Amino acid sequence: MYRQVAIRCEGLRKTYEGKVEAVRGLDLTIYAGQCYGLLGPNGAGKTTTIEILEGLLEASSGKVEILGRTWREHAAELRELIGVSLQETRLAEKLSVRETLELFGGFYRNARPVDDVLEELALTEKADAWTGKLSGGQKQRLAIATALVGNPRILFLDEPTTGLDPQSRRQVWEIVRRFQTEGGTVLLTTHYMDEAERLCDYISIVDHGRVIAAGTPPELISGVGGHHKVEFALMKEAVVSDEVWRGLPGVGGVQSDDGVRTLTVEEPHRTIPALLAVVEQNGWNLSQLTTRQSSLEDVFVHLTGRHLRED
Amino acid sequence: MKQQSLEVLAERKIIVHGRWTGYRRLLAARLKELIREPEVIFWLFMFPILLAMGLGVAFRNKPPSAVRVVIARQAGAERVGELLRRTPDMPALKVEVQPPAQAALNFRLGKFDLELLPQDGVVEYVYDPARPESVLARSLTDHALQAAAGSKPAVDTRARVNSEPGSRYIDFLIPGLLGMNLMGSGMWGIGFALVEMRQRKLLKRYVATPMRRTDFLLALGSSRLILMVTEVGLMLGFGVFAFHMRVVGSWAAIVLVSCLGAFCFAALGLLTACRTQKIETASGISNMVMMPMWIFSGIFFSYDRFPAVVIPLIKLLPLTALNDALRAIILEGSPLVSQAAPLAVVCIWGVISFCFAVRFFRWT
Repeated sequence: MYRQVAIRCEGLRKTYEGKVEAVRGLDLTIYAGQCYGLLGPNGAGKTTTIEILEGLLEASSGKVEILGRTWREHAAELRELIGVSLQETRLAEKLSVRETLELFGGFYRNARPVDDVLEELALTEKADAWTGKLSGGQKQRLAIATALVGNPRILFLDEPTTGLDPQSRRQVWEIVRRFQTEGGTVLLTTHYMDEAERLCDYISIVDHGRVIAAGTPPELISGVGGHHKVEFALMKEAVVSDEVWRGLPGVGGVQSDDGVRTLTVEEPHRTIPALLAVVEQNGWNLSQLTTRQSSLEDVFVHLTGRHLRED
Repeated sequence: MKQQSLEVLAERKIIVHGRWTGYRRLLAARLKELIREPEVIFWLFMFPILLAMGLGVAFRNKPPSAVRVVIARQAGAERVGELLRRTPDMPALKVEVQPPAQAALNFRLGKFDLELLPQDGVVEYVYDPARPESVLARSLTDHALQAAAGSKPAVDTRARVNSEPGSRYIDFLIPGLLGMNLMGSGMWGIGFALVEMRQRKLLKRYVATPMRRTDFLLALGSSRLILMVTEVGLMLGFGVFAFHMRVVGSWAAIVLVSCLGAFCFAALGLLTACRTQKIETASGISNMVMMPMWIFSGIFFSYDRFPAVVIPLIKLLPLTALNDALRAIILEGSPLVSQAAPLAVVCIWGVISFCFAVRFFRWT
């Protein structure tokens, strides 16, 4: 199936003040209609990347094409075609929600009626409230509304749900899905693996300014070597070598983290009985045993040895 | 506005906007924000008027109060007191007789302007040449005493009262406050607003839209212009109604000069804000720029009081030039042409600041 390319960048690099290399050679191809996620920890270079693609920062080197156009030659045209929500914008506090949207809509040649956008983002009730009085979730929906009011083809969202409560996050996800089903393309950054997993069709995992893995969420997860995780811990554990666990049937990998072993397995129904048998034979006791499906978090840990959100 | 649909997302309603929609909405938003900020209304409109009212009342020209004279109670005191009571100048004098020690003490404490010591047929005046009212009391009392004792003036003189509006302190003050207000609201209104928007990342958000950057600056400038007309009207209107000030020059000339002043200080505000990231920094820079002008530019008192060598430098400050032109036009009705020199100073400051500001302005 032929698909139109919405965003393409090659060999993207950004060096700040000749020292800090925020982005070091990044390639992305984002197709029209896709919801594409840049997943990575804080400081991975996600914001720098998305701001270069939004035409707000200039890359030190590399090529960027948005809808077949470049920022250098078609900036005015591109501005009409994209909608942007920055990581942290505090809108004018003493304008109402409606006034804010009218202001932003007024910048576009073709804008959507404010009432339609208000309704779509569940802000109709708050239309006449000052933006300074909104809750965190409402503020974030308004920020996305200011991006949608220009009727964009591509929506750029930088950390759209950071700091929001679970219900507000789900509302934001619904807005993004609706935009996508109506034919829009979305590029978002996040450090929440569940957000990337649920929302995105395609993900690039970014670390230290590079893409370290890319694919659909199932592809990325199966790349770890197994779709399931078996986690267990032993009581008063004797020193047991990882080799014991690696020898169990169907085990693709073993990780230890603070006394908890995590086995990556293909078929839990074969591995778990064998695991229990070994514990039984040696007279050990299990203090914990859980199984779950592999997640993007596991992919990140597998690739970097670190967790996505390390404090 | 007409409606049409795009073929891409057919079911969505679309409104087509004209060239100036962005500008109009920016201006409307800016004015709404200003009106909703009570501090802005107070500092912009109320504060200068309260200041004018306070200073106008405190330094109003009033007739000098009665001259207070004390006579030391010793030989001859009775005769001097009698003479003073007979004089036609009596209403201007307040005479008391007190024991010598007490009289001396009360003069020293400033309760009396002059102490009289009658001694061996001579009246000795004890006065302080550093106190203007003491000097006046001596001369007035001496004149009264001589006249009462029968001396005749050698030259015939007469006097006529003239205390018309135009030469009073309030007349000097109001154009100065107007200039100060134009400076303050230009620097704060433009500089502060911009730095705040930059700090909120609102400027960055704006440039991520198709907004024309010139429209943004134009809207900011227009909002200043609208406020400027209000400020000038309020300030002069207040002077006219509350203090019967006479505006001699033409209103058109006053508005034009105020426009130039507003532009000059808006440009300076833009310059102070062109790269500043934090409100605190902006506040420091603005105060540093405005402080010398508060002191030197003749807002509250004439800059002629400063040493003659620095006066040419003072005249190069934009607020000095603006105040000079405003005073000449408002108080003396000078034609615009005669104010070419100060107006040129104002324009040069404005144009240079504007060029640098636009050259170095940072949106993100």
